[in-house]
Amino acid sequence: MSDLTKENKKEEQILGNLDSLKILDKKINTKDKDYYRDKNEDKVESENKDKEILTNEQKISLLKTIIKIRRFEEKTIQLYQIAKIWGYLHPYIGEEAVAAGACAAINKSDYIISTHRGHGHSIAKGADLKRMMAELYGKVTGYCKGRGGSMHIADTELGMLGANGIVGGGIPISVGAGFSCKMEGKQRVTICFFSDGATNNGVFHESLNMAAIFKLPVIYVCENNMYAISMKACESVACKDIAKRAVSYDIPGVIVDGSDPEAVYFAVLEAVKRARQGQGPTLIEAKTYRFGGHHPNDPAEYRDKKEAEYYKNEKDPVKNYKEKLIKENILNVQDIENIEKEILMEVEESVRFAEESPEPSLDKFLEEVALI
Amino acid sequence: MREIEYREAIREAVIEEMNRDPKVFLIGEDIGKYGGAFRAYKGLLEMFGPERVINTPISESAIIGAGIGAAVTGYRPIAEIMFIDFTTLAMDQIVNQAAKIRYMTGDNLKCPLVIRTQGGAGRGVAAQHSQSLEAWFYHVPGLKVVMPSTPYDVKGLLKTAIRDDNVVMFIEHKMIYLIKGHVPEEEYTIPFGVADIKREGQDVTIFAYSNMVYKALEAAKQLEQEGISAEVFDPRTLVPLDEEALINSVKKTSHLVIVTEACQRGSVASDISAKVTEKAFDWLDAPVKIVAGLNTPIPYNSTLEQASIPHTKDIVKAVKEVLGK
Repeated sequence: MSDLTKENKKEEQILGNLDSLKILDKKINTKDKDYYRDKNEDKVESENKDKEILTNEQKISLLKTIIKIRRFEEKTIQLYQIAKIWGYLHPYIGEEAVAAGACAAINKSDYIISTHRGHGHSIAKGADLKRMMAELYGKVTGYCKGRGGSMHIADTELGMLGANGIVGGGIPISVGAGFSCKMEGKQRVTICFFSDGATNNGVFHESLNMAAIFKLPVIYVCENNMYAISMKACESVACKDIAKRAVSYDIPGVIVDGSDPEAVYFAVLEAVKRARQGQGPTLIEAKTYRFGGHHPNDPAEYRDKKEAEYYKNEKDPVKNYKEKLIKENILNVQDIENIEKEILMEVEESVRFAEESPEPSLDKFLEEVALI
Repeated sequence: MREIEYREAIREAVIEEMNRDPKVFLIGEDIGKYGGAFRAYKGLLEMFGPERVINTPISESAIIGAGIGAAVTGYRPIAEIMFIDFTTLAMDQIVNQAAKIRYMTGDNLKCPLVIRTQGGAGRGVAAQHSQSLEAWFYHVPGLKVVMPSTPYDVKGLLKTAIRDDNVVMFIEHKMIYLIKGHVPEEEYTIPFGVADIKREGQDVTIFAYSNMVYKALEAAKQLEQEGISAEVFDPRTLVPLDEEALINSVKKTSHLVIVTEACQRGSVASDISAKVTEKAFDWLDAPVKIVAGLNTPIPYNSTLEQASIPHTKDIVKAVKEVLGK
């Protein structure tokens, strides 16, 4: 063996799976203007773009999901401000393309695990807006009978294994879902969503390590919206890109533009294929942005105004994807107006349903409590 | 009836349940070829294969998380935390996730999870490997807490725990693993919330659980020599607690001594004392007395370690005090 080959082999041993790094390098594209990111990795070239294409129906469905999430979240903010919804609310506005693209790449029977900012994932997985709104209203007709609220929405039929009020709380649970799917042998997969902040928590390391050694069918989707409340990701994550952390688990690390639902779709689809074939987990980092603060009462003054304006104007998944579908002649302006109208009606209906739904029974609650 | 070790009884329970239900599996550290830190799983890897006996890295949060995730998707895992002292590394998963997931999701996600662990002092393994932390889990709604003292109890209760659809903290004691006891050959289970009067008596109720049961029985023997008839009450499960049986016992004896290896402050013992005082005050002839471990991390030195936990003589002394003798 030549000295060069020996060097390469040594490097490979030190760096782990070099293929993961190669995928990373491919994603780096310095053409985009991006004032505040350290690197410009917003573009992705998926391996599959030539082999797979999205049908018009799929694209329209993606747009509908994105708009649905946006309008639902806008409504919840309004309701929060008049105290119809209380406690904590973490709107998903700005990040819709991640949930929409990712959930489009899996089946109804697959699982998702979500975060405190979980409405988007729930809706993208097929949640009924009525039951979601009822849950936010604390009514007994909600997904969790009014006991969970915004941060704990779950539904077995949807394969939604729970939003979570603890940062990173769902990541270890994804390991269990992974074991379950592996043992079951039906090629089911789990998408585990989490934030940039969660990747700094010990459970991230434990869970990805375990998922990797056991080759569990889990797709880890990090929604890097650049902030953990007020803490900048670029100041709190020791490596430049979270996807790079995949190297320590010898799994592929993929960076994707989280404002592009099709890019997210293809990246997740690839990872889903790997998982179904028993090749183990993948770490996908979706670069995205939270248009609002951490919650409705957070003015996010810790963010640079120019940065926020850039993302709201240039990286709005609703605006951009509408424009794209119009440009591709898949929809026209009237079609989009109709979609908006329909969705608005659906959102209004969910509010009506929530308003009219009954509260949980206090007596029943006290009875149950005696049994816990 | 045959006599087998406490840990053998555990092993039998696990084998029976794993044969009975293919959804039951084991996950924890060193449970493969090693057979578990206390050898309770000896031979199980060969019997059931690596798919059902999952040997993990040192990742307590991920172990419990794995248990939760599998439980909410149709399986019945038994997750092991080697020492109860290490549950600290998994507390979010145990307290914020497992204990609450069924409730918070309105019964959507049921979590039939058994968390097997062990605690207790006496092995000279010092402060970080000798704690009695049952009070923490006793205090969290959504967790059942089981602390069996004998081979008979541990087998029947473990089977029930595995069949229970809730999260069960199954807390064993390191000093009991090798103790032998009568265990029937035939299958049996023991329901939760049913105490066991390990020794009947008339003059005083000694409430003891886990390793302290043996010291309480010793004390009762000694007290008998002095004409005192002590009833040894083993709750077996702290959550749910057999309150009715305890109140009945206190009504009979009018005196209660509670023995716990844990330190008294914030202990299960303190809670039991308050409960009984509130509900059976008129029957008590003396205040409830608690015999507890000292308020200290467990020392390494053997003399100091032994001084840190209750012994038979402490229980005898407490009984005499309570009886005014």
